[in-house]
Amino acid sequence: MQNDKSWIPYLLIAPSVIFLALLFLLPLVQTIWLAISEGGVPSLANLQTMAGDLNFRLAIRNTFLLTLAVVPIQIMIALAMGSMVAKVGAGRETILWIWTIPLGISDLAAGLVWLSILQNSGYLNSLLFSAGLIERQANWLSYQTPVALFFAIAIAEIWRGTAIVMVIIVAGLNQVPKEYREAAEVFGAGRWTRFFRITLPLIKPALQSALILRTVLAFEVFAVVYALGGSNMPVLVGEAYTWQNQNQNYGVAAAYAVLIMVISLAATLVYLKAVKVDPERLP
Amino acid sequence: MKRSLLIGLLAASGFFAGAAAQAETIFLSTQLRPIEEATAVRNVILKGLAAPVEYVVEEPPQFAVRMEAERQAGTHTISLVGALHGELSPIAAKNGFVPLDDLAKQLADNGMPKGLLDLGKLGKDTQQYIPWMQATYVMAANKQALQYLPAGADINKLTYDQLIEWGQKMQSETGQPRIGFPAGPKGLMARYFQGYFYPSFTGGVVRPFKSADAAKGWESFKKLWAVVNPNSTNYNFMQEPLLADEVWVAWDHIARLKEAVASQPDQYVIFPAPAGPKGRGYMPVVAGLAIPQGAPDEAGAKGVIEHLVKPETQILTAQNVGFFPTVDAKLPSDIEPGIAMLAAGVQATQQAPDAVISLLPVGLGDRGGEFNKVYMDTFQRIVLRGEPVTDVLNDQAASLGKLMGDTGAACWAPDAPSQAPCPVE
Amino acid sequence: MSTAARPSSFGSARAVLLWSGIAVLCAWVLVPIYLVALGAFGGRTGVYQWPKTIFPAGISFEPFLLFLKTEGVAGAFMNSLGAAAVTVILSVLIGAPAGYALARYNFRGKDGYRLLVLLTRAFPLAILALPLTVSFIRIGLYDTVIGVGLVHTVLALPFAALVTQGIFLGVPRELEEAAWVFGCSRPQAFFRIVAPLALPGLAATAVFAFVISWNEVFAASVLTVRHRTLTAYLLTVLAESPLHYRFAGGLLLILPSVIFIFAVRRYLFAIWGISSK
Repeated sequence: MQNDKSWIPYLLIAPSVIFLALLFLLPLVQTIWLAISEGGVPSLANLQTMAGDLNFRLAIRNTFLLTLAVVPIQIMIALAMGSMVAKVGAGRETILWIWTIPLGISDLAAGLVWLSILQNSGYLNSLLFSAGLIERQANWLSYQTPVALFFAIAIAEIWRGTAIVMVIIVAGLNQVPKEYREAAEVFGAGRWTRFFRITLPLIKPALQSALILRTVLAFEVFAVVYALGGSNMPVLVGEAYTWQNQNQNYGVAAAYAVLIMVISLAATLVYLKAVKVDPERLP
Repeated sequence: MKRSLLIGLLAASGFFAGAAAQAETIFLSTQLRPIEEATAVRNVILKGLAAPVEYVVEEPPQFAVRMEAERQAGTHTISLVGALHGELSPIAAKNGFVPLDDLAKQLADNGMPKGLLDLGKLGKDTQQYIPWMQATYVMAANKQALQYLPAGADINKLTYDQLIEWGQKMQSETGQPRIGFPAGPKGLMARYFQGYFYPSFTGGVVRPFKSADAAKGWESFKKLWAVVNPNSTNYNFMQEPLLADEVWVAWDHIARLKEAVASQPDQYVIFPAPAGPKGRGYMPVVAGLAIPQGAPDEAGAKGVIEHLVKPETQILTAQNVGFFPTVDAKLPSDIEPGIAMLAAGVQATQQAPDAVISLLPVGLGDRGGEFNKVYMDTFQRIVLRGEPVTDVLNDQAASLGKLMGDTGAACWAPDAPSQAPCPVE
Repeated sequence: MSTAARPSSFGSARAVLLWSGIAVLCAWVLVPIYLVALGAFGGRTGVYQWPKTIFPAGISFEPFLLFLKTEGVAGAFMNSLGAAAVTVILSVLIGAPAGYALARYNFRGKDGYRLLVLLTRAFPLAILALPLTVSFIRIGLYDTVIGVGLVHTVLALPFAALVTQGIFLGVPRELEEAAWVFGCSRPQAFFRIVAPLALPGLAATAVFAFVISWNEVFAASVLTVRHRTLTAYLLTVLAESPLHYRFAGGLLLILPSVIFIFAVRRYLFAIWGISSK
């Protein structure tokens, strides 16, 4: 049945391929050319400028660290949310709705909220001050406190980006037939065993989608980092924007963008290989 | 059903597109964007015009992308742009503007200062933009800070040594660094180094970039930075940390201090930036009006420019948004106290006997951003990362020299004039 | 949906633990949103107070009213809805067939196709703005709501394809095959059997598309001059506005998305399949 009409899937994906070719691939090719040319001839000048820049290594390091810190925690929180809500009957939809709200919050608003919490005269310091834990306003976001700044940005990103992971994982958990777990329970499997042996393998497709999507988005982290850290914590997309907007050098900006794309692509391939999924259920 | 919905929607969107398509002069501006100011432009400043003008605001990044896109495509929707000198320069470098020499001549006859008008040539032979509004950078201090002012210091004649002492005293008495600079990603810190720091310590901007004077200046700036609030690298608009009481003494563009001063005029004082060994550097800010090549309504745009540089309109602009006239126009005495304070600060800066005026860079074309980057990178490496001063200056001087060579820009004040590209000595 | 809910056979200590966990996570989401609201309603002085209190003081609707009174807000709101509608419709119309193909067929180039779709999210859109804008000017889509919707569709498409794929995976293949046996043609089987079952999930796809379009600023701002979307309109104005305006604008933009998500919350979690049978 799979291959009797092998042209059907191509027909089905054709509209999206044409659409993306016109609106995405075309400008993409133009931009890649911009990155690897100089005055119309192929050149590595932009790539060299990028690699020689003051913030280049820092930006790569920060982007990777942030991705490594944020994505696993988001997956864990989302799994926790999913398992908790599975045990709830009434009120389930409301709880899920509340957890989904950050999905609708723009970068600007998210950055503002966390700035109002973490800045010197913000809510966190107010709280610590009232509790007598600090005597004067403490700095959390300055270049002198890179560790605190890193955590602040990671927390804000976790707050903003967990909803999408949660939606995907809860939906995945919904698909796990309860009979499986009940059977395991009957045979005396503990809750952790049930989780690792039954639930986790069954939600692999959802997990894979969540990981890929979230990692790709994590490499694009930008607005919240700028709102909280200013120029204290360079990240790749931030550098791309700075080169395009402040330095008005579209070539170097394009070079950064291509680099981000290559990294995301590599990460996606790693996930596709590492989180092997039954091809029938490949998301 | 979906299909009919889609068709309906397309039709509806087409209707939206068509409905407003009659010829209105579109005026795109990167200035006066905040909601209150944009409303004032629409309802007060542009009101006296016969032909309708649509005032659209845009952030500088999008502005640059859009202007370049319209230029590349050769189809224009924008008839008039209002933007800063530095934002107009890349477009002029690609011959994107209609020459405005007739208007310039007329304005020169009506008393617009020649130096100001010449900035609008952007290093070319013809008038690229008409100076629209002026501003500059000043210092603002919370009155709580004044009690820590070092003995004998006059706030209007402050020196860098006194500023450092003041900062140290505030730091030791209140336990917090109280001086702030807008060194965040959208802050104007690069202009501080070009227009204030370098002229005050070296008497130049490009030529003495790595001189012994500059090295001494950076050493003294490091001392100052020790009493500067470390959050400064996050600040973009100093009005916010001032209002939040995080910072008591700040340097910034007047438009970016306005909110603090206007909302609590009794709480703040405005004064000129400090002086160094070579004088009191200061840099004017000029926003200009220009007409893109191929503008759909060139005549209408000229009419709007004429309206905006009329003395009455210029006074109205100062009263409403706090930018100052480029033409000879006297501000009335009954303006808002906050704006009056800023005006007094600007005047004190301009009339300081030791003032060293530093003009906006001319002739850098679309490399103005990279010019700023040289100064910000130097700052980052010397002050924030503690790298050795001479090494950094030598390194960055090489980048600066290459930049000047690539663009061929001649020296501008306060550097001594040059024939060829401005040399880094 | 409620099949996963189980009789509370576990101990009350567990229940306490469960509910406190839920409460903590709800607070984690809600408290920051409460703080935006506080900033928005707290007026000019509230945002600069120290030490701050978490109770509202000096409530003020003035920033909101000023926004609503500003010329063009109503038009911009309509434009936002228009662009979002184009995005929703196009991403479902283009994304759903692709999702169906990914779910039901194994074909050569499937992985390549998935990578292509994901690439659209892996490339910072703002960097593409210049070439995109130039072509939009040339083909006459510049400064139109449709143009903005098209670009937003590029952003929403990966979600649409991934999400609908999950939906179709959740519709049992046996049902569809049974329909063929009973003489339905493939399209008939799809529209009679699969589509109704997948509808709630399609609604969730629509939410994603809506939210993505609603919150996007950069492209919306560069591609339009007069037909600004509300987000582009407000954010351009906001960046240099006083803080309380920024909070108010932020809240004003959050509200429609939150309401929209609330309206379809029931369908949102049907995304990855129609639950367990």
